[in-house]
Amino acid sequence: MSDIYTLYNETVMDHFMNPRNLGDLADADGVGEVGAAACGDIMKISLKIKDGRIEDARFKTFGCGSAIASSSMATELIKGRSVQEALHFSNQDVIQALGGLPPVKIHCSVLAEEAIKAALDDYLKRHPAPAAPAAQPT
Amino acid sequence: MSERKIRYFDNNATTPVAPEVVEAMLPFYTELWGNPSSAYGFGHQVAGHIEAARAKVAALIGAEPREVVFTSCGTESNNTAIHSALMAQPDKRHVVSTMVEHSANLKYCEFLRQRGFEVTYLPVDGGGALDLGRLEAALRPDTALVSVMLANNETGVLFPVAEVAAICRRKGVLCHTDAVQAAGKIPVDVRQLGVDLLSLSAHKLHAPKGIGLLYVKRRTRFQPYLMGGHQEKGRRGGTENVAYMVGFGRAAELALERLAESSRRIGALRDRLEETLLAAVPDTVRNGAKEPRLPNTSSLAFDFVEAEAVLMLLDQLGICASSGSACTTGSLDPSHVLQAMGLSPMRARGSLRFSLGSTTTEEDVDYLLAHLPGIIRRLRAISPLCAAHPDNDRYDVAAARARQAKELTSLANG
Ligand SMILES: Cc1ncc(COP(=O)(O)O)c(C=O)c1O
Repeated sequence: MSDIYTLYNETVMDHFMNPRNLGDLADADGVGEVGAAACGDIMKISLKIKDGRIEDARFKTFGCGSAIASSSMATELIKGRSVQEALHFSNQDVIQALGGLPPVKIHCSVLAEEAIKAALDDYLKRHPAPAAPAAQPT
Repeated sequence: MSERKIRYFDNNATTPVAPEVVEAMLPFYTELWGNPSSAYGFGHQVAGHIEAARAKVAALIGAEPREVVFTSCGTESNNTAIHSALMAQPDKRHVVSTMVEHSANLKYCEFLRQRGFEVTYLPVDGGGALDLGRLEAALRPDTALVSVMLANNETGVLFPVAEVAAICRRKGVLCHTDAVQAAGKIPVDVRQLGVDLLSLSAHKLHAPKGIGLLYVKRRTRFQPYLMGGHQEKGRRGGTENVAYMVGFGRAAELALERLAESSRRIGALRDRLEETLLAAVPDTVRNGAKEPRLPNTSSLAFDFVEAEAVLMLLDQLGICASSGSACTTGSLDPSHVLQAMGLSPMRARGSLRFSLGSTTTEEDVDYLLAHLPGIIRRLRAISPLCAAHPDNDRYDVAAARARQAKELTSLANG
């Protein structure tokens, strides 16, 4: 592990060096892309949703190490969640799961939250009859 | 500290202190530590060594020794030049500079602008070049100084300072050049350049950080920036950092001796590095004109990837390079130099600077060339960007910036 980039902890480095859920989904049910190069980062998240639940999530990111780590972690966290749960996804979940981010990199986690919400928006637009009942039993 | 080998491609940020320089400095810590201003011989004998060092740094730039004022760094030299030009000509309130200067110049200009002075920042073209017609047109009767860098720290692009100085002379305006990146890499001669003021920093040429010089042409009206003792003939107060001055002198001597040989060797390495990368990595472009340029610097834009991620992966392999200038790493905005040259935000964000030096070997270049193309390929596989989709133009950048600014203030206050 690098002793120079102590800026990033081991979890962040791990998700940067070995990103999870990298790529696109050919038959995605919802896709969201947020950020711009002028801001430093662009994140694209693709979701596969079945019966109101996120079956698969993939990401592609243009950005620094913590942007890549944040999107990798975000996709890990939302897989298996219902659409309703995912709509409440917060950047704090990402920061917590990564074991913290340097203050100047907090915006990376915010972008991950935005990307997920944009993908969900896209899904809800494409599937106007909301899948709300799915979150009922138990 | 890890034991792994460091491959250093960041010589425009700083250079290692040469062993000969350390050796020259040591006696001034152990034996010759007196104050050169003292009346007694033990202290005063040191003054002669300062003057010998002054003669050596003067020789590097073709100046007379008495035209050299030692300062604490390149930043102080730049600040002093601008300060002096304005304070010594109180009837003049205008400065002409460029959009691509080092922050040591731009921040001071901004400080002055906020206090009622006027500053014209000249633009550059896509290759990083100045329009001399525009420069001439910017000069006014109340222009105190034109400050234009000799070599750009990010791209290595050279400005035609001799021509700028000639225009200034015709118009009776003082001319300063920041030659911090040029010294030791290309010949620098104050008479050939014809400037009135010139800044150098020692740590770019194998002397310690924390010492520089300001050349002040004979008979130029001068107003000190640091006022105190009579050191430096009253031009810069503060007890002399004798060891550093001596080290700077020795480094200047070595730089002059080795200049031709080392710039040829380093230039060939840089060209190989640059040409190989441009050929091996698609969607890669050089930032700035190929010539005239410093022989050691290569600024390359790798489309669709972000430079910090590249730097982190290079760092894992012991390779040191930079994105933009080291001073601005950590800031959220892309390089002001690359923006001024009109690069798209994506391209500016994906730009890396490789600056070679006297310690760079063929093997270092081979090592970099063996690893970098793979790193770019790897990050491009992660990136959502490609030639057909070079940016996300559906995003509300202004809103995001406002949000980010708010976050950062709340962080600063919290
Ligand atoms: C062009 C230029 N000017 C000025 C400086 C500032 O020099 P110093 O670090 O000695 O203050 C630097 C380097 O950092 C530089 O590259």
